[in-house]
Amino acid sequence: MPSGTLQIRAISGHTGPVPGAGVHREEEVCKYIDTTTCIGCKACEVACVEWNDMPFAQTTFDNTYQTMPSTAWNYWNLIKFNEHPRDDGSLMWTMRKDQCMHCEDPGCLRACPAEGAIVQYSNGIVDFNQENCIGCQYCVTGCPFDIPKFNSTTKKVYKCTLCSDRVGQGLEPACIKACPTGCLKFGTKVDMLALAEKRSEQLREHSGFANAGVYNPSSISGTHVIYVLHDATKPEMYGGLPSNPTIPTTFTFWKSFAKPVGLLMALLAAPVAFFHYIAEGPKEAQPPSRGERHE
Amino acid sequence: MTTAVDRFDDEARRRVEAHGRTTVHEGELLRHPVYTRLLHWSVAIFFLLAFFSGFAVYTPWLYRAFTPIFGGGPMTRLLHPWFSLGFVLFFALQILNWANPMRWTRADSRWMKRIKAYVAYEEALEPDDVGFFNGGQKMYFWTIAVCALIFFISGLPMWFPRTFGRLVVAVSYVLHDISALLMLVGFIVHLYESTAQQPGTFQAMTRGSVSKRWAWTHHPAWYRDATGRDPRADYERALAAESDRREG
Repeated sequence: MPSGTLQIRAISGHTGPVPGAGVHREEEVCKYIDTTTCIGCKACEVACVEWNDMPFAQTTFDNTYQTMPSTAWNYWNLIKFNEHPRDDGSLMWTMRKDQCMHCEDPGCLRACPAEGAIVQYSNGIVDFNQENCIGCQYCVTGCPFDIPKFNSTTKKVYKCTLCSDRVGQGLEPACIKACPTGCLKFGTKVDMLALAEKRSEQLREHSGFANAGVYNPSSISGTHVIYVLHDATKPEMYGGLPSNPTIPTTFTFWKSFAKPVGLLMALLAAPVAFFHYIAEGPKEAQPPSRGERHE
Repeated sequence: MTTAVDRFDDEARRRVEAHGRTTVHEGELLRHPVYTRLLHWSVAIFFLLAFFSGFAVYTPWLYRAFTPIFGGGPMTRLLHPWFSLGFVLFFALQILNWANPMRWTRADSRWMKRIKAYVAYEEALEPDDVGFFNGGQKMYFWTIAVCALIFFISGLPMWFPRTFGRLVVAVSYVLHDISALLMLVGFIVHLYESTAQQPGTFQAMTRGSVSKRWAWTHHPAWYRDATGRDPRADYERALAAESDRREG
């Protein structure tokens, strides 16, 4: 498990090199979530609320075990309960711990215009710094998992930090510590992926889940939270987990072309106007009262 | 429709005119009445506020330079849509005010074709059919009008992202930026032409009047309408008087 000061890899709205990047090599971390052994006890939810010192949120009753419809600005970790009808007509109950996926290619960070409001550490954690947040909510649009939540009172956006404050001190995230079944684990990305593959293989070969597999979507270069699913071909049945999460393609055009290249092209009008004046001078009302000679 | 617009605009003009005046000196013509000037500068003030608060968030290159003007990043973000609403509101009134003189005519299409001659100062006077506004001014005006509409339509999803879909907001970002760039180009040209490039133009929007020489040089057809005289003949006469004065 990593320890010591968190080293920054990417900063939102930042020009120039990232201070301190690459000074020392760091292992990438990962949260492992095995949906096949989750019992939906919500201990992780309580641990999250407690460690992050947030007030207990109002629950809603909708005739299921769902505590509330979605994560909130002060509720970063939520078990999604789903009743999934199998092909043979029987019912399958899936439980998935929903939180920030800490994407390797974070759409929130790409969208963010405020310098230092979102950072990505070398260990893969994507963290929001509310003191730099301007409340534009571009990250809400950038996120393929609908995770960042806006607080209209503080005008800031909040989400799961993967307990970067604990991880930086060599501790595991609060949710991991609270899990009674061991369906949550925390370690390096390499180790967690290996464990997830092994568990998937076990499910496929010994438990009759022919489609069991790991959720680590390549469309966003992988995530630092991975799931073991009974059926990796249908992530949607786990409370809307997208099978192919993407950052809107317009983002690439917007951020890497329209903004820098477009602005430079538009600003060309200024030197054009300036040199027009230098070459042609002013167009005086005719005839100029001082007389005029063209050279 | 047009009559209702005219009536509204006439009423607004009458009320504002009662509280201001335009002094037209000997050898000058009234160009922009008080109401038009007030509208133009209200548009300009809200435009600049929206412009700087918008470009502050537009790119990291400008973020540190422009956000302090508005009291930091969060305040910049908070104020920008309100500045923009002010801009859109006053520009809508400006459209009502200028709908007639800004109507595109065949003379404007001809003007666009000879834009090279205009830029290179090939002729002393503008062509005889150039009226109150020339083709370039009209094009700038309607570009701003279209951009303002795009700004407004794309700005709402950006302001309330959760009310609209993710894709709508993502496309809005691009549209908002492109209209900002279009407007920036137009604004730079507008700024240059109305100050350094054309002496005598700036006072048209401050004091409201222009010299007759300015009028027959840049807007001959308007000069003819306003004075009932021939712009080219008056120019020739002034030219002759000028050379007499220099020789004598």
